[in-house]
Formats: sequence, C-alpha cells, structure tokens
Amino acid sequence: MQLTGAQALIKSLEQQGVDTVFGLPGGAILPVYDPLLDSSIRHILVRHEQGAGHMAEGYSLATGRPGVAMVTSGPGSTNIVTPIANAHMDSTPLVVITGQVATSSIGLDAFQECDITGITMGVTKHNFLVRTAHEIPRAVAAAFHLATTGRPGPVLIDLPKDVAQSTMEWWYPVGPEDYDLPGYHPLVDLDEADVERAVALIAAAERPVLYVGGGTLKSRATAELRAFAERTRIPVVTTLMARGAFPHSHELNLGMPGMHGVYAAVTAMQRSDLLIALGARFDDRVTGRTAAFAPGARVIHVDIDRAELGKIRQADVAIQGDVGMVLRALETAGANPPRLDTWWSEIRSWQATYPLTYDDEPTEGPLRPQHVIESLAANAPAGTIVASGVGQHQMWTAQFWPFEEPNSWVNSGGAGTMGFGVPAAIGAKVGRPDRTVWCIDGDGCFQMTAQELVTARSEGIPIKVAILNNSYLGMVRQWQEMFYDERYSEVYLSPDLPDYVKLAEAMGCVGLRATTPKEMSDVIDEANAINDVPVVVDFRVDASEKVFPMVPAGASNDDILVHPSQRKETR
Amino acid sequence: MNTPEPFAGETAHSPVRHHILSVLVENKSGVLARIAGLFARRGFNIYSLAVAPSERHARFSRITIVVDAESTPLEQVVGQLDKLVNVVDIWDIAPRDAVERELLLATIATDVSNRTSLLDILGRAGASIIDVDPGAVTVMLSGTPASCDEFERALEDYSSVELHRTGRLAVPRLGQELTSTERGLR
Repeated sequence: MQLTGAQALIKSLEQQGVDTVFGLPGGAILPVYDPLLDSSIRHILVRHEQGAGHMAEGYSLATGRPGVAMVTSGPGSTNIVTPIANAHMDSTPLVVITGQVATSSIGLDAFQECDITGITMGVTKHNFLVRTAHEIPRAVAAAFHLATTGRPGPVLIDLPKDVAQSTMEWWYPVGPEDYDLPGYHPLVDLDEADVERAVALIAAAERPVLYVGGGTLKSRATAELRAFAERTRIPVVTTLMARGAFPHSHELNLGMPGMHGVYAAVTAMQRSDLLIALGARFDDRVTGRTAAFAPGARVIHVDIDRAELGKIRQADVAIQGDVGMVLRALETAGANPPRLDTWWSEIRSWQATYPLTYDDEPTEGPLRPQHVIESLAANAPAGTIVASGVGQHQMWTAQFWPFEEPNSWVNSGGAGTMGFGVPAAIGAKVGRPDRTVWCIDGDGCFQMTAQELVTARSEGIPIKVAILNNSYLGMVRQWQEMFYDERYSEVYLSPDLPDYVKLAEAMGCVGLRATTPKEMSDVIDEANAINDVPVVVDFRVDASEKVFPMVPAGASNDDILVHPSQRKETR
Repeated sequence: MNTPEPFAGETAHSPVRHHILSVLVENKSGVLARIAGLFARRGFNIYSLAVAPSERHARFSRITIVVDAESTPLEQVVGQLDKLVNVVDIWDIAPRDAVERELLLATIATDVSNRTSLLDILGRAGASIIDVDPGAVTVMLSGTPASCDEFERALEDYSSVELHRTGRLAVPRLGQELTSTERGLR
C-alpha cells in the first residue's frame, strides 16, 4: 500500500491508539492536516501552540496515557518549547510533532525554519529529525516507546515538508526490536541484595518516613504503596507531584512536605532515621538547604532513573528500578519496622499543634483563598480533577484540596510554568470527559493562557475555572513582603483589569464573580450547575494572604515558619 | 589541601585526577552535539575528546572522553550519558587500568643550523618525519600522553609552526576487569 508520508504519520498515530491530537496548522505541517480530515483522531484546534503542549500534558496527567501535540515549524515549534521543557521536568509522556522546512532547505535559513531538534535537545527525552517517509512509522512507534517506558518524558518528531509529501510503502514495526534503539534498555532487573539491605534498614528503623514522589504515580504503584504503608504503618508524605498517590484522608498520610509543606510532614522528614524515597528526586523545594536536610536519616532511594540516585543525596541503599516492582519485592521479603508507637505519638502531637490553618474572613469579604478552595472541594463530586497554574494558588490547592485518587491533580511542578492551568485543565477534560475538572488559577497565570477558553468553548470542553483574584503576582508579592522589606516591585496587576466576567463572556463562557462568603457559596452552586459550557469565576481574595507554612529559600527545613496564629512569642 | 595521590601516567596536560570514558554511540547526525550539550548543561568538564567510527560496525562510533574527575561527579556523568538514547555502551576506565595513547603532529621550521639537533630529538622520542620541504619538516609521534608532553617540551626551542594533538584513546589493560554499562551489541 503506497501512502504519503503525511498519511503514514496519521496512520502511525492511529496504530498507537491515539484518540486526540492538540495542535495548530501552518505551512510546513500543512500536508499532515489533509489526511487528518479522514482520520478517526480528534483534533483540538488551539489558539496558541503553548496551549497545545499544556493540553497534551493535562491529557496525559489525567489519563496516564501519552499526550500528543502537533504544530508547524519555526515559531510554531518554539512556542511549544515551554510545555516540552515542563513535561521534561515532570516526566510527563508527550509526543510532539513539528513540521519542518523541506530537507533541501534545512540549514539555509528558509522561511519559518528553526533548528527545533537542536533547541529541544536538552528538554526532551529524545528527538528525531525524520529524513525519509519510510522512517515515519518507526519514528512514531519509537517515540511512543521512549515517551512511555523507563522514566517517561517528552519526545519530539521533526518532519520536513517534503518527507510528508513523498510516498512510501506502508509498514509498521512489530515491536521494540524494530525501533532501532540499540542504546535504550528501560527495563532493569532488581538486585536481590539491594532488596535485602533495604529490608534490614527498615527492620532497624525507629522513625521511618515513606517519601513518595511523582515516580510512584508514573509507575502506577499506588495500590502497592497503600498495601505496604498499611502493613508497615510507616508514615507517608506525598510531594507536590505525588498528591493523590496516597489518599489525602488516610490516617497514615501526613500531607505534602517541602517549602510550603505541612509542619508534621516537614518535621517528620527532618527527624526521621530512615527516608524511603519512592520515585522522588530530593528537589530543592522539598529538601530546603540540602546539607541540613534530614540529617539523621539513612536513605533508601528507589528510582527508575539511575542518574537520580546519588545526584543530590547519597543513598545508603540505592535501587534502580520501578517503584511498583520494588514495593512488591519488599512485600515479598516481608520488610517490617519495629514498633512505631513512639514515633507516631510524636507525629500526632505535631499534627495537633500545627495543622494547616487560616484566619476567618470578614462577612463583607474579601475572601480567604484557602476557604474558596475548601468550599470548591466540599461541593465537588468525588473524582473531580483539579488543575492549577503556578504560585500561591497552586500551593494552597496542594495543601487544602483533599486529593484522594491518582491522576486527579494536574500541575506544573519542576518547571513552575505560569499559565499551565487553563490549557492543562482543558486537556484533562478531553481525556476524562466523565469527570468534573476545576482549574484553580491565579489572576497572573490566567492572563497568560486564558485565550484557550475560546478553544474550550468552540470544542465543547466544559471546564470550570476559579480565579483566586488577589490582583497581584501573589507569590512574588509574598517574597517581597517577607524578604524585601515590603518593597513591592512590579507585582500589582489590578483586580478589575481585565474584567474577568466580561472576558469570560467574550470567549463564550459563563462569567461569575464573588466577593463575600455568601456570594461565594451561591456562585459555586451556580458554576456546578453548568455543564455545557466553560465557567469562569472571579473570586475576590485577600491580597495580603500568604502561604504558610514556609521554609525560606536556602534555609534549613528546621527553620519552618508556621502560620502567624501558631507562632509562640519565643520563636 | 587535599591533594590526591599522583599516579604513573599523569601528565602536565591532564587534570590532576582524570578518568576515561570510552563511549560507544550510534553513528547518527547530532550525537556528538547531544554529548557535548549534556556536558555543558550539567557543568561537567571535558579534558579531551576523540571520535571515530568504531571497530564494530559502521553504525557505531567510539568517543573517548577524558574527564576531570576532581570537579566532575563521575557517577553522574555515566548516569546522565547512559540516558542518552544514542549511547549504546560506556566503558569506565580508571587511568591506572588503562593503556593510553595519543598522536601528535608537528610542523617545525628547520635550517642547516638546527637540523642535526632536531634529528637527535626525533630519534630519542621515537618520532618520525612524515613530510619535508626545504624550510620545514612535519613530524609524527604516537605514544603515551606523557611521552607526547615530553616531546612537546623538547620542541619548545624550535620555531614550531603548528602542533596538533588528537586527544587520547584508551583501552583497558589486558586482564583488567572492565566497568561497563554492559549493554548493546557485545
């Protein structure tokens, strides 16, 4: 069967079971958009290529399947670099297809030419420049294999226009042996000796903590984690990337560690004598000053990526392997700590003394952002998926939203990409149309990618957006207040410009606003009642509200600042 | 000062403590850029780098990288290199377990007055003349990095027009255990 390269690309995507592509056409990718008309694949036409990338990420984070985006060459490709870098930091499987100028023009500074494989070398797991139509099926199959196995990540396929236009005899690789990846071996065997040494450390531990990272979700090991935690009764902390990997309401869950972590989670790690890191990478936002991090703890570090082992913290037992596989091996080996009663009673006292908290709000407003999040959560159906941007609103959401199941939290962790929320929520809703999807956003973030609500409306993707509008770039404002003597530099945005209700309406969405607690509860009911079009709610929140607890950047986690109402005079 | 023990084979032209990575890669465009980019991105220092098609198959090239083991965490370098999809195998060779060789080419201006002394130096170093014209000779030395250093110093008295070195190649000494990522087509 003779196909054009463009047809072969679409057919290859179909072979991979792709149901949705997020993209925007242009000159170099034009040939591929023609056979797309005859395909079963749904194409979501975005308003900016960055939106396509974040939608693909949101789709992947909500479904566990790889997200696919397709854009043209030059600026189309550079516009999607931010989502690619974001996916790289958070190990999100993406396949990104970029158009490229014809092979005869590469290197000649042709119109809309850009060396996108060069640009993305450092932010992709791998990338391909496809030089013949015959290679297309292999490149696509290999890209999905690379994106989804081992430590997942983004893979880019750069497709020159003439390659898409030329013809090939259709074929498709049968399995990895046809992918021509002699240097890629994602499966590693467990070393039994490592497992035995881990078991010995666990048996000797008195203050162990399960430090659960995003890799636990990527490995789909949440059932294994729960079984292991419940049998051993080892306290669990779930990082920003792992919210939902262990039920929020579970008695063993101490919550999120790190710069804005729960006091008990941060302090349990600091006082721990054994950290069992599962798909976590000792990020600076978790460790604080690394030299002062968990000084008395031995470390069992489990990661599929051997380069993570020993990168930040030397492990006493470093195990390269899949989290689920290692947990199963530990279960088989019967790893059991001695009695943890003393440890738990210490932890329970920290939990009782320093719970997450915030002040009551005045009846006339403004609202407390934490109260908005708790009210949204209380009125959301079980299984609601929550996306966010980056900043204060993200931290409050990670703290106060009770994530009970995996793949319910869609956020930008490692890269900290403002503007991630709206498009990521759209992608999540496309992947899980049965679920309610809330985007909890900041006013600064919202303005970066809000135009994708046009996409949401026109494609029939009814997400809900809660803007926690404090009229500031709030996290920067918080740092300027606390560490720069309240010298506010370039952080004020205005609560009314733009008018978020009118902006939402102009994009075909329902726009709502709440300033008082009474209005808030009415508006949440109203928003929940709308299921056919996107809803945007402008929640007017207190600009002076700060995220606590907080470990100042570069400080030790011992120097955690709790909420002002919990501070003792002696502190 | 915590100065590491010197060892045989250390030369003026190598870092205080170097390490050799012999990396088998797919012979595809952009692979060298991926490796160089990785080193730049992660702040690893490359001391020398030699690339050529491999003995195994035209599909592969061998890259011999000498890294400064003092400033560069070797485990990290190997781990990060191993993640590059085009990297097939990595031999991690400690200098004391390696046989290292380097090639040096030098073009030296000569006249009647210095020719005899130059021939003497070439003879003692084991270098050979590979090109001659009335005003200059091009000479070649293949030897250990230390012997190349010594030869280079001996040539300092001459108006050396050009002096090029390849960077070193290394294989494990016979009978040495090899630390390898043990993958790929062995």
